[in-house]
Amino acid sequence: MRLLGLMTGMAFGSLLQRGKLARQDVIIDQFALRDARVVKTMGTAVAVGAAGIHALVAMGLTKKDVKPMKVGGVAGGAVLFGAGLALFGYCPGTSLAALGEGRRDAMAGVLGMLFGATAFVRLYPALVPLIDAGGDFGKLTVRRRLLERSQASNHELARGS
Amino acid sequence: MMSAQTRSGPSRSPYVVGAGLGILNTLAFLTAKRGLGVTSAFESTAALAGRKVAPDLTQVNSYLKARDEAPKIDWETLLAVGLPIGSFLAARASSEPWSDDTSPQRAQRFGANGGTSLAVSFLGGALMMFGARLAKGCTSGHGITGTSQLALSSLVFTPLMFVTAGIAVRALYGRGES
Repeated sequence: MRLLGLMTGMAFGSLLQRGKLARQDVIIDQFALRDARVVKTMGTAVAVGAAGIHALVAMGLTKKDVKPMKVGGVAGGAVLFGAGLALFGYCPGTSLAALGEGRRDAMAGVLGMLFGATAFVRLYPALVPLIDAGGDFGKLTVRRRLLERSQASNHELARGS
Repeated sequence: MMSAQTRSGPSRSPYVVGAGLGILNTLAFLTAKRGLGVTSAFESTAALAGRKVAPDLTQVNSYLKARDEAPKIDWETLLAVGLPIGSFLAARASSEPWSDDTSPQRAQRFGANGGTSLAVSFLGGALMMFGARLAKGCTSGHGITGTSQLALSSLVFTPLMFVTAGIAVRALYGRGES
């Protein structure tokens, strides 16, 4: 399993490098809306991955791996993440790829990422109420929610309205 | 903006690379029952290192008690290790010049690879990772893997992160016409 992870990571890194995503100017230009390379790449990755993953799930070859929708954690995390990303000029995956290209800024930022993870571990018990603030909707997907809704309305229809 | 140098090697089109990432993510689900993600490996590494080096300072025991799963060196950790190796090999394979270039706008604001720039990178990386662990995902885990599964959490995280980063980039570096 570890070897598989290493190989997946190497393929991931080479794709990011080929896609020019290990570059700070590309990332910052995306968020300044000067260049859409990141969105084009991510959009294609999501379209292809969604088809592939849902096909595998339908064939019973894998199961979904969904993060819980905890309002405080997801919303608060997204805001801190966005601010940090703007300061750093890379996201976590692209910074590791930039490390492989020898970029010094990325090295400093990856050390910062280790520090940030350690701070998270240190503060975790105190953070739990913050993460859970606003409610926990569980590992919900939009597809499942829509299915539940249509089932519920079918049920109501069947009961004869 | 983009350097116009012609380089050898496979396509650099965002659509081709994006399709490659989508296929890789599908393969990950097939072989490892999970998708591309980077930051959970940092959390488990921090917990493991904290337990070994400074269990009191990091209060790692109360973290471990509050967590349902024990941190370990696994698929995700090795993925994070493989990432820079793959990028390094890809850069070498296409014999790109070793470059330390940064964003021109960012260099104007914080200097290029000087003390300020490195300190801001460290701070930004720390903030970003802290946020990623609060939300349990990053641009990969939420932005690509989560949205591919139509996960509600990822469909909230990704646009909110994009808007915040957009506002912060404008505030930090200005419009910077180029």
